Amino acid sequence: MVLTSLEILAFSFIAGIFGALLGLGGGIIVIPALTLLLGVDIKYAIGASIVSVIATSSGAAVAYVRDKITNLRIGMFLEIATTTGAITGAYIAGLISPKYLYIIFGIVLLYSALAMLRKRHEELPQNVVSHPLAKKLKLEGSYFDKVLNKEVKYNVAGVYSGFGTMYVAGVISGLLGIGSGIFKVMAMDLLMKLPMKVSTATSNFMIGVTAAASAGVYLMRGYIDPEIAGPVALGVLLGATLGTRIMQKMRNTTIRKIFIPVLAYISIQMLIKGLGV
Amino acid sequence: MEKKVDRDLMLEKENEELRAMELIISKALTIGITTSAIVIFIGLLMLIITGNSGYPHGFYPTSPVEILKGFISLKPYAVILTGLLLLILTPVFRVAVSIITFLHEKDYLYTAITTLVFIILIISFILGKVE
Repeated sequence: MVLTSLEILAFSFIAGIFGALLGLGGGIIVIPALTLLLGVDIKYAIGASIVSVIATSSGAAVAYVRDKITNLRIGMFLEIATTTGAITGAYIAGLISPKYLYIIFGIVLLYSALAMLRKRHEELPQNVVSHPLAKKLKLEGSYFDKVLNKEVKYNVAGVYSGFGTMYVAGVISGLLGIGSGIFKVMAMDLLMKLPMKVSTATSNFMIGVTAAASAGVYLMRGYIDPEIAGPVALGVLLGATLGTRIMQKMRNTTIRKIFIPVLAYISIQMLIKGLGV
Repeated sequence: MEKKVDRDLMLEKENEELRAMELIISKALTIGITTSAIVIFIGLLMLIITGNSGYPHGFYPTSPVEILKGFISLKPYAVILTGLLLLILTPVFRVAVSIITFLHEKDYLYTAITTLVFIILIISFILGKVE
């Protein structure tokens, strides 16, 4: 039991670092590690992952909000869509067999890897014109980039498509317990054209709130097993704290390049499991 | 001229108040997260040392009331779950605090948006209980 707890703690620590870096919540590491390496039932893995998402978000939030990288207005506005979606997803989850969850999970990850690959050379978004609604909602902002050593001002496009994708992201979050930061970062990055760091930091803030919406449901259904979720929470909290420091010293392009192969690898693993090859 | 200086001073004061408030929120969150981590850690240690979860095999409490009852009688599983419950409540707490922050900024549009998010969160908790 001690060994298992330590194993869980170790990979949760790594999940926390990557989660904080990419705004992904760490579920993409926690779920496969628990199910594939330790043979945990997918439902308890999802319960632990929801906890990991909240731990990443809270652990990273303190630093990102203090340093003003997180755009709180964008986060709150989009959160209306994600929380509603999360409730929908948590209720559908009981109706779908684990096999399909694996397949959906695999496809989601593979798609994210390809989308990230396409944007691998872009450091900051260029020539973005703000959507009229973005102006009305005061979504534009600025942050200090420690690597570029300058204040970066940014505009916000695609408010409607971003909002719509966030609802879908919420549904997936409730369904798979992955925090669906992938979708959130992608929506902010590809549709709303925010700088990568603002996207990941804001996603980090959002995933915790969305996950909290479904965590209540999972807790009362008994999917949050203290023996699994406990060490996951501890490991992820420690990892996320370290991850925020690393993120600020990295280039946006570096962050993308590190993670593409990891995403591709895990997505294929999950697809194989789901298809029963 | 004098009026403009007054207004600048007021704005500066407001900004300072806001920053001070953000710092307080940031500190409160750090304390909350640290507390939950410590509680989970103690629960895990209790579980590992005693080898007893405090509940029949394969069982653990799933409602906040049961969890808190177990916490009071120091059952290891309940202690871990109390820490997890604290952790789950942090984002909810943050949203609640943001409502106050936006209200303080007199940003009524975002006070409304944030309140809506908070209400959806509360609904989700209630839905989870009914099911």
